[in-house]
Amino acid sequence: MPQATQRIVLDSSAIARALTRIAHEILERNQGSDQLALVGIHTRGVDLSGRLADKVAAIEGVRPQCGEIDITLYRDDVGRTRTQPEVHGTSIPFAVDTMRIVLVDDVLYTGRTVRAAMDALVDFGRPKSIQLAVLVDRGHRELPIRPDYVGKNIPTSYEERVSVCLVEHDGQDRVVIE
Amino acid sequence: MTFSQRHFLGIEGLSRDELLFVLNTAESFREISEREVKKVPTLRGKTIINLFYESSTRTRSSFEIAAKRLSADAINISASTSSVNKGETLMDTARNLCAMRPAALVLRHPASGAPHLLARLNQCPVINAGDGTHEHPTQALLDVMTIREHLGDIHGKTVAIVGDILHSRVARSNILALTTLGAQVRLIGPPTLLPPEFSRWGAERHTDLRAGLAGVDAIMMLRLQRERQTRNFFPSLDEYARRFCLTVEALREAKPNVIILHPGPMNRGVEIDSRVADGPYSVILEQVTNGVAVRMAVLYLLTTQERLATRDQSVANGQAVGQEGSDVQAEPSVWDEHTLPKRAVGQ
Repeated sequence: MPQATQRIVLDSSAIARALTRIAHEILERNQGSDQLALVGIHTRGVDLSGRLADKVAAIEGVRPQCGEIDITLYRDDVGRTRTQPEVHGTSIPFAVDTMRIVLVDDVLYTGRTVRAAMDALVDFGRPKSIQLAVLVDRGHRELPIRPDYVGKNIPTSYEERVSVCLVEHDGQDRVVIE
Repeated sequence: MTFSQRHFLGIEGLSRDELLFVLNTAESFREISEREVKKVPTLRGKTIINLFYESSTRTRSSFEIAAKRLSADAINISASTSSVNKGETLMDTARNLCAMRPAALVLRHPASGAPHLLARLNQCPVINAGDGTHEHPTQALLDVMTIREHLGDIHGKTVAIVGDILHSRVARSNILALTTLGAQVRLIGPPTLLPPEFSRWGAERHTDLRAGLAGVDAIMMLRLQRERQTRNFFPSLDEYARRFCLTVEALREAKPNVIILHPGPMNRGVEIDSRVADGPYSVILEQVTNGVAVRMAVLYLLTTQERLATRDQSVANGQAVGQEGSDVQAEPSVWDEHTLPKRAVGQ
């Protein structure tokens, strides 16, 4: 077996810079943090949404509301995958109606996760808008979904794997292609 | 982790990891019942059949609500209004129901082992909703979930189970679940209702309520199952209540932050005093709430396994399906003996 080649495409300072820029873009687009909420998609989207909230707080002085969403129960491949994904908690501790909600995930790929997350979100109410922030957009969409905020566009092939490692779960910050 | 059990027949045989996996999954499902729209699309297009041969309010409605909140279609069949009255056997009823392709069959039956028999049909996942005096696994899970919620990790906690242990499937399932998760279990009741064999699961036995309750973290009261008691196990209800009714006074023996559970239905004044049942230490209604989450988790885990999907497909294609462990089907058939003339082709 040939050794799989690993390529670091974002290191910890690049990730931090990308998140800072996205935080500014979110505030610019929404004209401040009024009625703004960040909802992370399990698992690493939750970590990223927390960091974005901190950055927004540092800029505006107010930390936006944060929620987390688990899309397992909204997947379109329930019962078709070999492993049963573990169901984590969904927690939206605020009224969704009239909020501008930014969904946050680590990697945007087929778009199916985002579709499921939007379905989950509208079960809680009718947000004023839903936007999408991702750390990495690797292409190959299978649904008509596009991100509003992107940390880095990384063209990939189907064979490649994009792994986002974050301190909270993996001990270090970096994005690797293998 | 993947939950690899095909059926959910009992707590017996489940590992600590499997128990924790189901409990964690159940905890994730609890939030759905707090939403305004209490429904997720996960089991769309799947049918869950609740087949109940004994009366039930909580368990049956809990399974039905759980199925509906997962978007499955739930239908309820109770023995009193079904063809059981016309003499149909359990196995024939089950075969017929399975022919309608349900995603799972939930069975409550007065005979211990009835769901195990259905499981051998190997048609669809079978969930035990209480079989005779054997097991009631989803009840034990919701009890453990409620205890965990209030007291944290089960390991090292002391739980007293009080009352009619002998006839209680709830007690059996709970003893297994609690000891597997590292709790100390004390069984309290009159000697006639305290089977000595239960000590082999590491449970202590007490015949004095107050002595047994000393320093416990949680108390699980059981109903006297008078419908299953075939002889006189105690002189009178009155005397039973005097010795084993959980009163405010008896409660003082337990830890200050003790919680009180009861699987229902309660006989107020017999095994539990109303002041205790409705008091600040009672978590009885939380148990009911958690029951829905537990049953959602079990339905979800059993009906979304990948190999089931492939298997159902092969049934639809008319292919033979492996009958592992299927004693029911393996019985020799009279048709193998060639005792009857072969039907001539073309007639």
